[in-house]
Amino acid sequence: MESSIAPRLQLTGITKRFPGVLANDNVSFSVRPGEIHALLGENGAGKSTLVKMIYGIMQPDAGEIRWNGQPLSVSNPKAARKLGIGMVFQHFSLFEAMTVLENIALGMDAKIHARDLEARIREVMEQYGLKLDPHRTVSTLSVGERQRIEIVRALLLNPKLLIMDEPTSVLTPQEVEQLFVVLRQLAAEGCSILYISHKLHEIKALCDTATILRGGKLVDTCDPKVETSRSMAEKMIGAGLKEITKPAGRSLGQEKLVVNRLSIPGAGPFGIALKDINFTVRGGEIFGIAGVAGNGQNALLLALSGEVLSGDAEAISIDGAPVGQLQAKSRRLKGLASVPEERNGHAAVPEFSLADNTILTARDRLGMVSAGLIKAGAAKTYAGEVITAFAVKALGPGATAGSLSGGNLQKYIMGREILQKPAVLVVSQPTWGVDAGAAAAIHQAIVDLAAAGSAVVVISQDLDELLSLCDTLAVINEGRLSRPMQVAGADIEEIGLLMGGIHGEAPTTPTAELELAHAH
Amino acid sequence: MDFLIAAIITIVGISTPILLAGLGELVVEKSGVLNLGVEGMMLVGAIAGFAATVLTGNPWLGVIGAAVAGALAASLFGFFVLTLNSNQVATGLALTIFGTGLSSLIGLSFVGRIVPQFGSVFPPELARDPLLKVLFGYSPVVYFALIMVFAVGWFLKSTRAGLILRAVGENDLSAHSIGYSVIGVRYAAVAFGGAMAGIGGAYFSMVITPMWAERMTAGRGWIALALVLFAGWRAGRLLVGAIFFGVLMWMELNAKAGGLSFLSFAQYIPSQFWAAMPYLMTVVVLTLISMRDRVGLNAPACLGKPFLPAT
Repeated sequence: MESSIAPRLQLTGITKRFPGVLANDNVSFSVRPGEIHALLGENGAGKSTLVKMIYGIMQPDAGEIRWNGQPLSVSNPKAARKLGIGMVFQHFSLFEAMTVLENIALGMDAKIHARDLEARIREVMEQYGLKLDPHRTVSTLSVGERQRIEIVRALLLNPKLLIMDEPTSVLTPQEVEQLFVVLRQLAAEGCSILYISHKLHEIKALCDTATILRGGKLVDTCDPKVETSRSMAEKMIGAGLKEITKPAGRSLGQEKLVVNRLSIPGAGPFGIALKDINFTVRGGEIFGIAGVAGNGQNALLLALSGEVLSGDAEAISIDGAPVGQLQAKSRRLKGLASVPEERNGHAAVPEFSLADNTILTARDRLGMVSAGLIKAGAAKTYAGEVITAFAVKALGPGATAGSLSGGNLQKYIMGREILQKPAVLVVSQPTWGVDAGAAAAIHQAIVDLAAAGSAVVVISQDLDELLSLCDTLAVINEGRLSRPMQVAGADIEEIGLLMGGIHGEAPTTPTAELELAHAH
Repeated sequence: MDFLIAAIITIVGISTPILLAGLGELVVEKSGVLNLGVEGMMLVGAIAGFAATVLTGNPWLGVIGAAVAGALAASLFGFFVLTLNSNQVATGLALTIFGTGLSSLIGLSFVGRIVPQFGSVFPPELARDPLLKVLFGYSPVVYFALIMVFAVGWFLKSTRAGLILRAVGENDLSAHSIGYSVIGVRYAAVAFGGAMAGIGGAYFSMVITPMWAERMTAGRGWIALALVLFAGWRAGRLLVGAIFFGVLMWMELNAKAGGLSFLSFAQYIPSQFWAAMPYLMTVVVLTLISMRDRVGLNAPACLGKPFLPAT
C-alpha cells in the first residue's frame, strides 16, 4: 500500500468561520508518520479550532483533511478515535469525583471489563514509565498526574496521531522532561504527534517541524532546530518582539512589604495551608513566586490581599505598619493593591460595566463615593483613563467586563490597580491566557510601576515569565516558600527541584538571605 | 403485636410512593438535572393509572399507563430545560402546577369510580397469615419498588451506561468532549424519573385509597425530593431514608387521628411537627454531610446547570 509514503495527516485549504471571526483561513500542512509536528501560535491564532476539526469536534467550512492519503471526514471524536487519532486536552476533560479507572473507561469506546481494562492500563504505564494508581479519585491527584490519565487514556487506543494541546503549561521542568521522553518513544514507534504550544524552547527541543499560525492564517512551516526562538516568535507575533526594558542602575528602596512567619490553615479538605512564609520586598523590587499550580499560590494571594485574615497582625506589614488583621479594604487604603488569578468573577464582575468595576477597588483610594453615593462621573473618567493608558480594546467605560477578551480584561484590571499608584502590588498569573502582545504590555507596566518605587509581588506558574521579569524569586511548594534567590544568578535546575518539592536545604531567615543577596 | 404489624404494613405502604419517586429523581439528579416537578408528575401518574385501570379493567395496564404518562410529563419538562435551556427550578415548579391542574381536570370524570385491585403476588395463605403478611401481604408495586432500589444502585455503580450517566452529571462539558450525548442521556434520565414518579403517584389512587381525589398525593412529591438529598444520592440510603420518612409520616397520621396515646409524650406534639420532620431531618443531614467535601457528598457537580457547549 501507499500509506507508508502518503502523509499520515494532510490538511489542504482548511477554512473555518465563526460569527465575526475567520478562525482558520486556508490552512494547509501535512504530518508524516512518526513526526513530532509543532503547531505554534498566539492565543486566538486558530490552533485549537484547527485541531478540533481534526478531532471531529467541529467541521471545516471549506478544505480537505486526508488521513493516510484517504479523504477524512470525522463527524465526532468517537469516529476520530476509531481511526487512531487521540487527543490530550489543555483543560483536562476529567471527572473529579470519579476514579482514574472510571475516567479512563469513559474514554474507551469499546466495551471492556473493568478488570481487563485495569490490566491494560498497567501494561501501558509499564511500557512508557508512567506512574498512576488506577483506584485513586481524581480530585486527590496533582495536575501532572491528571495529565497522565489523559495520556494513558489516549495511548490505550494505540493512536497513530496524538494531538497534545499546550501540555506543559502546568508541569514542572522535570515533569516536562518525563513527558518528552514518552513523546519521543511514541514517535520512534511511528506515532505522529501534533504538539500545540507557544513555548519556543520546548518546540526547539522536541519537534521536527513547526507550523506557525497567526490570525488564523498559516505564516510559515519551518524546522525549529534551524530557526532561533526569536525568529519563530517574530513569525508568531508578526512584528519585532519588544523586549522588556528595565531601567539600568536601579537601586532598591526601603522595605515596603514584609511577610514574617505567615501561617494560615488550609480551607476545606483540599485547601493548602500556608506554613511559615517569610519574605521581604523593597521599593522598586519585583519579587517572583514560582511553583506548580495548587501549591498554595491562591491561599497566599488571599492572605496578602486581605480576603483571608492572618491570626497575627505582625505577619504582614506594609511600610512598617502591621496589616495582618486588616480587611482588604483597609489594606487597600494602606497602599496595597492586588490582582487575583481569576479575571471574571474575582478581579472583575463580568456583568458590570468597566466603570462600575473600577468602583470595586478604587472607590476609597480615588474618592469615588461620597456620603454613600457613587460618583458615577469619577468612575467613568477613571475607567476612560485606564482604557487609554493601557490600550484596552473596549467600546468604552460603559462596556461590560465580560465583553472584553481575556487579554484586554487583564490589561484593564492591571491598569485599574496600577494607576492607583499602589505602594505594594500583588498579582497572580498576570498573563494567564493572554496573547503575547498584551503580555508584553502587562510586563512593561509591572516594570514601570516598580521603577516608580513600588514593591511588586508576581505569583506565576510561568517560570519564563518570572525569570524575565523579576529581581528576586522564591518557589512555593505545598504551602512552604523556599528561600529567595537572585534571578540573575538563579539555577534553573534548582528551581525545578524546588517546584517538584525537593528542598535542597532548610530555609534560613529571609532577612539574612536578602542582605546577602543585595550585597552583590 | 397486632398494633406493631399494622404499623409496619402502614409504614411500608406510605414509604413506597416516595421510594419510587425518589429513585426516579435520584437518577435524574445524577445526570445533572434538577426536576422539582415530582409532585406534578406523581399526580399525572395517579390519574393516568386510575383512568387506565378503570377503562381497561386491568391494574397492570394501569401501572404502565401511569409510567407512560409520568414519562410524557417529564419529557415536556425535558423539552423546556434540555432543548430550550430554560431554568430548571422555575420549569420544575411550573410542571408541578401544570400536573396538579391537569390531573384535577382529567379526574373530574373519574370522581367516585372504583378500580379493580391487584391480586396477591404470593399464595393467599401467606398474604393473609396474621404474622407472615408483614413479608408477603403487599401490593406488587411494593416489591417492584424494592427490586428497583437494587436495580438503580447496580445500574449506577456497575454498568457502563450508569457510569456515562454519572459522568454527564459530574462534568457535562467533558462528557460532551469525549463524545457522549449529554442531552440524550439527560432526556432518558428525565423520562425514567417521570415514569417512576408516575408509578409512585398511581400507588395512591390504585392501592392506598383506591379512588381518585384531587391533589391526593398531598405533597409527597416534595418529600421524595427531600429524600434524595437526605440519602446523599445513594440508592441504598434512599431505601433507609424512605422507611425513616415513612415512620415520620406514620407519626403524623396517628397524631392527626389522636392515635398516639401509646406514647405518653406524643399527645402533646401536634401533627404538624411530624409533617415538618422529614424536611428538618434533610436539612440536618445535608449540613452534616456538607461538612465533608463535595466529592464525599456524592452530589452531581452539574446539578441544575444548563448544558451550554462552546459550539
